[in-house]
Amino acid sequence: MDQTARRHALSTALLQRAGLWREAQSRLDRLAGTRTDDATEAARVADDYRMLAHDLARARDLLPTTRTRDYLEGAYARTHGALHHGEWRVSSALRQFVRVDLPAAIAWLGPYLWWTTLIFLLAAAAGYALVRRYPDLIGLFASPDLIASVERGKLWTDGLLNIVPSSVLSVQILANNVVVSLFAYCAGLFFGLGTLYILGLNGLMLGAVFAFVGAHGLAPALAGFIVAHGCVELSVMCLSAAAGAAVGEALIRPGRAGRMRSFSEAAERSGRVLIACAVLLVGAGLIEGFISPNPRVPVGARVAIGVGYWLAMVSILSGRLFRIGDLLRQPQPRSVANDVAARSG
Amino acid sequence: MSEQLSRLVVDSNTGIDVSLPVAGPGVRSYAFIVDWHIRVVLALGWYAAGAAFYNGTLSLSPPPKTDALWFGAIAAPALAIYFLYHPVVELALRGSTPGKRLAGVRVVSRTGAAATVGALLVRNVFRLIDALPAFYGVGLVVSAFSRDSLRCGDMAAGTVLIYQATQELLPLESSRKHPGMLDAQSTELVLELLQRWDTLAPLARAGLARQLLLRHGADAGVVNQAGEQELHSRLERLSTGA
Repeated sequence: MDQTARRHALSTALLQRAGLWREAQSRLDRLAGTRTDDATEAARVADDYRMLAHDLARARDLLPTTRTRDYLEGAYARTHGALHHGEWRVSSALRQFVRVDLPAAIAWLGPYLWWTTLIFLLAAAAGYALVRRYPDLIGLFASPDLIASVERGKLWTDGLLNIVPSSVLSVQILANNVVVSLFAYCAGLFFGLGTLYILGLNGLMLGAVFAFVGAHGLAPALAGFIVAHGCVELSVMCLSAAAGAAVGEALIRPGRAGRMRSFSEAAERSGRVLIACAVLLVGAGLIEGFISPNPRVPVGARVAIGVGYWLAMVSILSGRLFRIGDLLRQPQPRSVANDVAARSG
Repeated sequence: MSEQLSRLVVDSNTGIDVSLPVAGPGVRSYAFIVDWHIRVVLALGWYAAGAAFYNGTLSLSPPPKTDALWFGAIAAPALAIYFLYHPVVELALRGSTPGKRLAGVRVVSRTGAAATVGALLVRNVFRLIDALPAFYGVGLVVSAFSRDSLRCGDMAAGTVLIYQATQELLPLESSRKHPGMLDAQSTELVLELLQRWDTLAPLARAGLARQLLLRHGADAGVVNQAGEQELHSRLERLSTGA
């Protein structure tokens, strides 16, 4: 048999296997939309995968520019995707996220978090010093309405609930905070400079406003307003910035993995923190809408709420909360006395 | 067809690499426009129905003073539908959306596996940058010039938009028992014509059948005189090598 006839024979034999390919794809369709514990079916998909790989290799050689090859490429890619997918059960994905992924990402972000917190504090101190020394500069950081209100001896937050209901205020605030937080993270794409800009600007504004209201004797009132929600809100600001800085550094110093891969890995790891940040900001927004502007809530309660929420945040992010829960759920060793009592009872 | 598409090649443990056809900025835009229309219709629909219910008339105007019920039940959900459509639907449909399905594409990880929950969320967070300054300007430009047509969100999440494999491309399986004169490509053409025979116009299928038969050595006089039935049976004989 000459070479051409041999290739014809092989091609023909390959085309005769189309029924098997169709069967494999139908099996995949059946399994795709359902959850099954049937190991036989799963094993058959793995067999299909090997069969498709084998036939595709032959098709690439024998039928390089044919629809059969396109079909096999698609079928093989589909089966590959089906066999190599990650965790999709929401409950176990969530458990994995809060117990393992999130604490690991926070630990990895540790150095960035120290640096961004330091930068934020320095920016706040700079804003405070600037406005204290040159009070007119407050015009750069605050709106005319805010300035006018403080100069009248009133915080702009006084009587806020008479203008906007708590629920509306909460949603507006948390939406704004989530967007700022996400922007601080995404701006890391500009080699970290965007993140530093947003972080620095927020620090400067905070310091400047505190210096301004302090000059008018309203600093304790502002601190009382901020304390309930601000502990977590400001921490989340630093966390988002830390995530953005990690993304920025991955672009500046990608290492051996290459810029694209390094960026992608840093973004996916730090992105987990962003999900937690968004959830924490929802809580902070609710506090800011319902508790912070409410004059009937005493300062002591505000401090307790602020510090309590912050401690809860720290224990969730570090994974300590779930470790304590696991310890409590572990069965206690039974004493001999208990055993004897149980038997006699 | 496979030669025209750019492909992402991924290693696999069978030793045969997986070749994923990468979707370009055109099909990406098409999917986005479809999804944009869906979310606008859903958000406006919610708003219009809620406003009509709230006002008691067909008026869409909001109340003069901010009202918690209006905001919580009508305005906020409508905004949520518009802004959270992509992350929620992509998570629910595992990397797909109605627009992407219509365009025949889906999101997968760069290993060819289904994208993880985290990757899909990161991909959607970066829409904030891709959407700048307007109409996804950054995303469109970046995907036009990047390798594998990735937008910033895909680069961050390690994902890629690929064409979904369709199952309609496979011709009928050959029943030829013996290798004849036909090469694989011609066998495919003949089988595909036989498969589509009933869906083609009589003139078109007869013309195609004559061309194929003549190319494979049939007598021109006989083929040109043959009716549809005769052409069909000749094609069948050609495909089986009889």
